[in-house]
Amino acid sequence: MADLVISDTMKQWEGSLMELKGLVSERAFTGETMLLNMGPHHPSTHGVLRLLLELDGEEIVNCLPDIGFLHTGIEKNIESKSYEKAVTLTDRMDYLSPMSNNMVFCMAIEKLVDLDVPPRAQAIRVICLELSRIASHLVWLGTQAMDLGAMSVFLYCFREREKILDMFEMLSGQRMMGSYFRPGGVWRDLRPEFLPALEAFLEDFPRRVDDYEALLTNNPIWVDRTQGVGIIDPDQALAWGLSGAALRGSGVNWDIRKAMPYSGYDQYEFDVPLGEHGDVFDRFMCRVQEMRQSHRIIRQAVDKLPDGPFRSENRKYVPPPRSELGTSMEAVIHHFKLWTEGFSAPDEEVYVAIESPRGEIGCYLHGTGGNKPRRVHFKTPSFMHIQAIPVLAKDHMIADLIAIIGSVDIVLGDCDR
Amino acid sequence: MQKALVPEDAVRAAFPDKVQAVKHFRDETTIIVAPEDVPTVLKYLRDTPGLLYNYLSDISAVDYYPENTRPGRFGVSYHIYSMLYNRRLRVKAFVDEDEPVIPSVVTIWPAANWLEREIMDMMGIDFDGNPDKRRLLMPQDWDGHPHRRDYPLGYETIQFSFNVEEILQHKPFAKE
Repeated sequence: MADLVISDTMKQWEGSLMELKGLVSERAFTGETMLLNMGPHHPSTHGVLRLLLELDGEEIVNCLPDIGFLHTGIEKNIESKSYEKAVTLTDRMDYLSPMSNNMVFCMAIEKLVDLDVPPRAQAIRVICLELSRIASHLVWLGTQAMDLGAMSVFLYCFREREKILDMFEMLSGQRMMGSYFRPGGVWRDLRPEFLPALEAFLEDFPRRVDDYEALLTNNPIWVDRTQGVGIIDPDQALAWGLSGAALRGSGVNWDIRKAMPYSGYDQYEFDVPLGEHGDVFDRFMCRVQEMRQSHRIIRQAVDKLPDGPFRSENRKYVPPPRSELGTSMEAVIHHFKLWTEGFSAPDEEVYVAIESPRGEIGCYLHGTGGNKPRRVHFKTPSFMHIQAIPVLAKDHMIADLIAIIGSVDIVLGDCDR
Repeated sequence: MQKALVPEDAVRAAFPDKVQAVKHFRDETTIIVAPEDVPTVLKYLRDTPGLLYNYLSDISAVDYYPENTRPGRFGVSYHIYSMLYNRRLRVKAFVDEDEPVIPSVVTIWPAANWLEREIMDMMGIDFDGNPDKRRLLMPQDWDGHPHRRDYPLGYETIQFSFNVEEILQHKPFAKE
């Protein structure tokens, strides 16, 4: 074929095809390879993700992710809200672990205004963060297994997740979007019914993980579908900015909870599970082991739970307790000031990162000197992971792509923000 | 393992005229350089023994409109992390409003691609050398750059049967 002839079937693509020049191979223009849309509405893309696939038969030649369908302008909206009110918006980013988003945003505020967090609040935060890590991993495990044909795991996983969401409801009054973490601590102290429920869950949970593993780890179909699929070596994984279990599956020992401990993670003993081959199976094993480690952390945190205030006593940033309002004029002033104007933060910038269930979630916060931020930017793990899907999926079959998307554990709300 | 170097001193020693300022705030170090020097400095920080900032965490852009208290209207911050020495660093460049261009670092970290595209899309800063300059989050035919401070937040009136005609009259325009 001398010059580029666009085939009849490709005519309808012509307008947008030229935009893709250099992104898809030359063969796509002649119709030799097929361009196929996977998504935006496809059950295995875990949300509204569109992948434009260039296929040679069943083999993926190129994969172009297209995001933005769930873009809700959270970062822009936060610029028009005072710091405390903006916490509710962060819940909506990574909707499978809202607590991590609250945490990173609150930590950024605390760093920007130099606010202390009492030990009890830190321990409560750790318990919540690890519970949401388990809850998020359960959804990941259930959906990944269902994508690959193991239906029952999904139902078992959601059974345990329900218990965690019930506990979140006890704490914050909401199952998912609780906004339980506030700058300087948490919204309210643990409820009396929370710890017994947590004890029952901790008693029960290791056996449940054994069940999931019994269903999957040695299951020949599962192993066939996951081993040797979507391999990424450590150098590539670092260059593409992977984090969390997607990075540790390749054997890179980087967990922010260990490397730069926050919220008192250095007081707890836990291991960082590592993979070896960087394939889907290793990422699966990392996450399953992480659930056991999270269980270990919660156990220690509950045993060592300190007494004391559940939020900072710094009245310039944290509202006074209701009981003080009747007796103290100062408390009334602080209350009024915080609920009308909010507090001010310096015209400076900070960057804070924590280990969310998916990986490194970072918050870049720039104050104005007033009560609203100038700019807040979230570096989210799903964003980086979706960017890396083409690398993982190259030269794989289209059915393996399903396993790969599941294994990097993406949440589109997290990606698009 | 080689002893860790102080990043700002090392960069100053290597490129005496490229460091515009160094700032410390809450244990965070910011090295401010000119936009055209960003790839050189980042490559140096990534590859020099004793520094080895090998992981690109984030690229964020901030708009200083309307106060414009900084040398340029926009600030672009590169948050890099060193796995070996377990520390973070911010490299920042101020970009002018008239010619908002900054060289791309995709050749140093492929991960920078989407982070840069997001800023191109939302902040309107051009990254020279980025291989894929399509919009990332907003639709391809969108006007303006939503994260700029002079871009109105806007909203659309919720549509009910009693106000549908009124809304259709101003449909293409969100209210400010």
